[in-house]
This record gives sequence, structure tokens and C-alpha cells, in this order.
Amino acid sequence: MPQPVHDFYQAMADRVGRTLAARDAEHQIVVQVGSATCEHAAGSQAVADELVRHIRASGRKDILLHRTGCTGRCSREPILGVRLPGRLPVKYERVNRDLVHRIFTEHIQGGIPVAQHVLDHEAGPLPERELLFCEGSRCHGSGPGLRERFAAMLAARGVSRGSVRIGAASCFGACGLASGGPATYVLARPEKVLYRVTGEEDLTAILDGHLIGGQVVERLRAQEEPIALAFMERYGDVAFFNRQSRVALRNAGVVDPESLDEYVDMDGFKALADVLERRDPDWVIGELAKARLRGRGGGGYSTAAKWTLARRQADATRFIICNGDEGDPGAFMDRSMLESDPFNIVEGMIIGGFAIGAQKGFFYIRAEYPLAIRRIQQALDTCRAHGLLGRNIMDSGWDFDLEIRLGAGAFVCGEETALIRSIEGERGQPRVRPPYPTDRGLWGHPTVINNVETFANISAILRYSGDWYARLGTEKSGGTKVFALAGKVRHTGLVEVPLGTPLARVVNDIGGGVTGGRQLKAIQTGGPAGGFIPASMQNMEVDFEPLQKAGSIMGSGGMIVLSEDDCMVDIAKFYIAFSQDESCGKCTPCREGTTRLLEILERITQGKGELSDLDKLERLARLCQRTSLCGLGRAAPNPVLSSLKHFRGEFLAHIVDRHCPAKKCVALIHYEINPEKCVGCTICARNCPVACIAGARKEAHVIDQAACVKCGNCFDVCKFAAVDRV
Amino acid sequence: MTACPHCPTDNWPELERGYRAMLPEDVLAFIDAHRGEPHSESLLIATLHMVQDHLGHLGPGHLEAVAQLMQIPLAKVTGVATFYHYFRLQPRGRYLINVCLGTACYVKGAEKVAQKLMDELGIHFGETSKDGIFSLESTRCVGTCGLAPVVMIGEEVHGPLTPGQVPALLESYLARAAEEMAKV
Repeated sequence: MPQPVHDFYQAMADRVGRTLAARDAEHQIVVQVGSATCEHAAGSQAVADELVRHIRASGRKDILLHRTGCTGRCSREPILGVRLPGRLPVKYERVNRDLVHRIFTEHIQGGIPVAQHVLDHEAGPLPERELLFCEGSRCHGSGPGLRERFAAMLAARGVSRGSVRIGAASCFGACGLASGGPATYVLARPEKVLYRVTGEEDLTAILDGHLIGGQVVERLRAQEEPIALAFMERYGDVAFFNRQSRVALRNAGVVDPESLDEYVDMDGFKALADVLERRDPDWVIGELAKARLRGRGGGGYSTAAKWTLARRQADATRFIICNGDEGDPGAFMDRSMLESDPFNIVEGMIIGGFAIGAQKGFFYIRAEYPLAIRRIQQALDTCRAHGLLGRNIMDSGWDFDLEIRLGAGAFVCGEETALIRSIEGERGQPRVRPPYPTDRGLWGHPTVINNVETFANISAILRYSGDWYARLGTEKSGGTKVFALAGKVRHTGLVEVPLGTPLARVVNDIGGGVTGGRQLKAIQTGGPAGGFIPASMQNMEVDFEPLQKAGSIMGSGGMIVLSEDDCMVDIAKFYIAFSQDESCGKCTPCREGTTRLLEILERITQGKGELSDLDKLERLARLCQRTSLCGLGRAAPNPVLSSLKHFRGEFLAHIVDRHCPAKKCVALIHYEINPEKCVGCTICARNCPVACIAGARKEAHVIDQAACVKCGNCFDVCKFAAVDRV
Repeated sequence: MTACPHCPTDNWPELERGYRAMLPEDVLAFIDAHRGEPHSESLLIATLHMVQDHLGHLGPGHLEAVAQLMQIPLAKVTGVATFYHYFRLQPRGRYLINVCLGTACYVKGAEKVAQKLMDELGIHFGETSKDGIFSLESTRCVGTCGLAPVVMIGEEVHGPLTPGQVPALLESYLARAAEEMAKV
């Protein structure tokens, strides 16, 4: 029986295999530079240019410059990776042109890494080899015990701690793939060997055979190929990365986002080939149901259920849309996925198109993301040229095409009915649901809209099975979720963790805790539609329901860390100002409600609030929540309600004591110069924009409170901490 | 009796010439290529993006030309152009400065950076400096929260920025502008 799809995939995989074999990266020096918006902003282009100059000047032909997407380690960018053949890959942080020169001469040419600039490396020489023990909380291996025993065995045998590092990783994604009962997986770097360990005798075999003997212990080699292997193989030594579980972001920072070959090499389009060969949409939807995949845009609606609704429609003209209108301030995971692994999103959409029986799909991407738009367009063109999109996809006889439509800076277009209006070329104003888009969507036809991250998970689920994905998450929601960690946290960036992970683990273990040694006050999730989780509830598991119970939402995954320096009334005002500005104006509760909420909050932060304002806020917020037309208006009061619920004391301080505990609200603070500390250096007086600071040289200065505009310049410039903010 | 039965007005050829003169070549090609296709009116936003990319803003004449050539009511074209923040109806400076006022930037002090920009340039949000070099706008999150606070100038993202770095940053763009103008 002819198997055209299988043959098509095989031919493509073979071609890719030959091309990549010819590149022979294993025996070359690979230098890796990120190229996503964040990386570019941090200066990765200059770094790449400098590298090219160095490579050319050296005349060496064995150095490959590899452009990848972004790993999500934003605050340390640009990151430069260097891999010498047979050695552990080394990543450098905050690389600039001067550092490129050092790295090139000392490490690439000389073979000795520049240790003090290595990413998240405290001090001391770098290890030569590393064994990473999988200690995911969800698999029932005996990880920690085994790791400690192994470390003890190493010490007993006199193997130097410096040369071999024993590390722990959160999850390779191997859980549930194995057939032979519980085991711990151990990744040996740089040999890229994954061992499956069940007891102490296996550890002895690895110690004797692998570490001392230098031979791979074939008997223990794992048969599985876990999803995060390539990622861990490159980034497993860094705690920020190895405490994550990468599924949606598995290729980010690993593949060149513009290379179809590299994506295919990571088993790209294998899931699509499988789908087109089986020709059974029910199988696809069945796997998603088993996976308990829920919409990653924030609503958390079952993806399988949504696709089934569209599939059951009598109307055969159907559409599928990828919602890339990531407008939540503080969220950037969609951008990163579109920029770093565009083929994965395209594959997810094609599979979705097949499952619901659509002929056409649309990417709706914000115009503020020019690089994401370019990368997706390039991916679509490449797919079309290689028979993966358009007519007769993979020789299956099935036709499907994708097109990009641009947003134009309207937050409300993230709402599905508004998004549809926008694709139709109209003002992006929502309409009443039902009918839901799965009944009557784009141009009146059944339409499925999913978020970028939802599509990023599809190929992984079909490749590793729905059961596997479900096991990663909780009872109600399978899999992982990507969070954009930002605000007052040490390590900002993209973090992917299994659903059900405690918030504190994300913020403290991965994020490194609050910056500047300050206390955690709250974690804001879900952007302007979300709420605040107070520090006292930081051990809560992240999942759709617990967050909702606490008065917040999962949202698209923005996670802003707030410290004791942040005023909750001020932040609530910030979000309401955002929602008020972005309200489309179609329905009154949202248009007027957000405006009045903002007015009241402004009054409070200016010290003109009254106690009755709190009741008004609450009543108005509930009204807006209950009666607004779309999700924007219904969710807009969440920041107000949750800050009132958890931080009522701060509101009272503003109203009753006319005092801002965080010293943030300008109207409620003033600056004073402490005569004990002031040495009369005059720097404050020279920096005062309104010249309201008096005092002679070497004498204590005084601020004229009546003239002061509270700009805070004196506070910032004083070298003797003599200016107090009270 | 008109010369062309599909033409919206008697003097269409003449009007059309005028409208076509308002718009850049590839916008015209884009409109022509999709004319008559099903749902071609849905390309209005894409068309406006193209016009703005070329001309920097959408003037009343451009909107009318797009409306006429795409045969979409001017009221609707104007409605769309005014609804979306991304479309600018006023000419802008050579460099558009977008101060990100997203949450991450806000908590990291974007307001102070914005204030410094306003002080240095002597303009408010939505205005253009007298020399026509800079326009100042605010935006909601450019998605580079890890670098907060950030400012986007043209398509380049700068961050993390302190108010103290603002003058040097503006200086570098002034120098670039002078260089570009010297070339012309």
C-alpha cells in the first residue's frame, strides 16, 4: 500500500540528515548567538558582527556561527554560547564587543573558558563533565537520594569535585515514556548520553565505566528521547534553566528560527506527518482531550472541546486563528515563541486546521512585534516552498493555507470576537457571545481561536502522547505553562513550569527572589485582567482554579513580582488606567465604569480619598464585572477588587492617615534633609529643578516645602543618605 | 451614459488618477492585486499599515484615496484609522520615541525616564520636537520586560535605561540624523 505522506516525511528527514551531516557541527567549534527582539536590544547584533570579524580574521574554517532564538534569560542578555568539540558547552552573559575579543582569543583559540563571565557562574574553574539527575517532582524516581549517594561515591573514589559536577534538573520530560517502572534519568554531558538508573549498582557502573573508564555504559542507555533533552544538553548546567520543564519552549535558544532543517532535525513536522497519515481528526482531538490541554490565552477552556465544537458544525467553511495579539503589559512569551520557534507554531496551526476541517488559517500578530511578523512570514514561505503548506500538503492531497494579519495597537483585539472584527478589517470592537466563534466566527463561519502557546504544545502532545502531557500537570490541567517573570525579581525572563508548581518556586528558586534584598509583597498574575497574590499565599499552586479563587487569573502568563517598595493602590491605579485607556467604548459599564474607578483611585493616591470611596469602588467594580459586554470590562476591576481584598490596610492608610506606606504616591510624601547627616556638599541644591533647597557650603541644607515639586532628585543624588523621604 | 459601467462616478478615470497619485507604488499594487477577491475589504488594516510605513502617518488625503481605491466608505476608513493606536494621523519626526509604560517598566521607573525625555525634548506625549527629529509617544509593553525600563526609538529597543542616560541616547540619534542629512 502506498504511503505518500510517510515517504514525503522520510525524504525530507533524509535530506535534512544529509545537509546537517555535511555541516558536521559535532567536530566544529560552534558559537551560538541569540537573535530575538530582547537579544537585539541588548546588543546581540554587535556581538555577532564582532564574532564574524574575528572568525574571518583568524582564517579558521572550523568555527560555525549559529544564530538561535531566545532562551528567555532576559536580564543576562546578550548570551553567547561556545561549544568546543567534546567539551561542555559554555554560555557567557552580558557579552559586549570587548568580551567577544577575550572569549575568542582565550576560549575559542586557546581552549580556556573566561570563567568570570560565564552565565550564572559564581566563581572558580568550570567543571569538565557533568551528570544531571532528573528530580522532577512528578516522576517517582529516587532522584535526590541517588544524587547524594553518587556524590559520596565520587568522593570515596577520589574523583576531584572540580572536574565532575553533579547537578539536579527539574524534568527532562521523560516521565511516563519509560515502560520498565520507575527510574531516574541521568544526563551525562558533554557526551549527550542519557542513562536510566534504577539503583546503586547502576551508579557504580556509571562511575567505573563512564567517568573513570571513559566508555558509555550501553546497558544503561535510555531508549527514550525525552522532549527537553536537546535543551538540557545545552543549558542544563544553569539553575534558571534546569529548574524549568521545557515543552512549549523546548526549541527556543536551541534551533535557528529561520532554518526549516534544524526544526525538522528536532523531529519537526513528524507530528503533522503522523496526523496526515492517520487521517483521523478524532484521534488528534482525542489525544488533546487525554492531555487535558487548556487554552493558554488565559480562559483555560479545553482545547479538545473547542475543536470538537467547530468540527461538529454543518458549515464546511471553517477557519483557524492563532491569537498573537499579546497585549498584556508584562507578558512576552508569545513574542518569544513566534520569534524563536516559528515552525513549531506553524505546525500546530496546520494540525489544528486539519483537526477541525479548516481550509484557511490566520496568524493575528501585533504590529509592535516586527521581528515576530518577519519570522512567521519567512516560516510560511519556507513551508510553502517545501510542500508543507498550501496545496497537497506532504503529498496527502489535503490543502490548507495560512496568512498573517496585523494588529494595530488595540488591546481589546485580544478578545476573540474583537479579533475577528479586526481580521475582517473593521474596528476591533467585541460583540455579544453567544454565538461563540466556533458557531459563527470569521465572516460568519465556524472559527477556532487559540493562543500562540496552545499551538506550541500541539506537536509535542501528538509526538509524546496525551497521557504523557497530562502527567506533567495537575488533575484538571495537563502540561506546562510559560510565565513571563518580570518586575522586582532578580532573574527576569521566560519560565516554563508544570502546572501545579508552587508560585514561590517560580519566584524564588527560578527567579532568584526579590531584587535588592527587599521583601516580597505580592505577585501579580494575568496582567490588567488579573489580580494580586499576596506574599502570604506564595505557596499556592499555579493552576487556573486556585488563581481564580484568590481573585486573580492565569491570563496569558504575565507574572510581575512586587516588593515592599511598591504601593498597591498605585499599581491598581496603573492597571485601571490601562484598561480605561484600552476600553473600546462600545458598552457603557466598561467605558464609564473604568473611568470612574480611575477617578476614585486617583483621588485616593492624591490623599483626597474618603472612607465611603472604598464602598463605591467595590460596588462599581462588581457592576462593571457583571454587566460589561466582553472580557476586558468584566476583568478590568480584578486588580482593584483583589488589592482591596488582600491589601485593604494600604487603602486605609492612604485615606485615613493620608500616608503611603510604600512612599510611592507623590502627593503623600515629602522630602526632608537630616541636618545630622548633611555635610553641605550642595549637590542637592545644584540638582534641584525649582531651586528650593537653601544652605551654604559645609552647612546643613533645608528644603522649602512650599516650593518643592517632590521630583526626588535630591534623594537620588545625595551621597550621604541625608535626604529622607517621609 | 458612462464610459465605464463599473466605475463609481462619471469622472472616475480623472478622480482615480488623483487618488493614485496620493499613494506609493506598492500600496497601489497591493490594492490592485486584491481587488475583487472575496473579503478584499478585510485588507483595509494591512493597507493602512503599508501607507503609514511609507509616509510616516495617515493624512486625510491618504485616507480618502484608500477609501476610494478600495471602494470602502470613508467613514469606515476613518473609523478604523482612529480606532487603532498604532495609526498616526499627524506627521511625525524622523525618529519616533516610544516610551514603554507597561507594568514591568512602570515598576522599574519608566515614568522618570519619560519625564526626563519630556524635559530634554521640551515636548509632551503625542508631540514632535521643533527640529522635526523626534516624536514622543508612549506604548503598552514592547515585550522586552527583562530589560525594563525600555524606550523604543524607531525599531531599536534601548534598556534598561536610567534618566541619566537619556541625554546621551538622544545625542546619539541627533548625530545619526545629522549624518543621514549630510549624505542627502
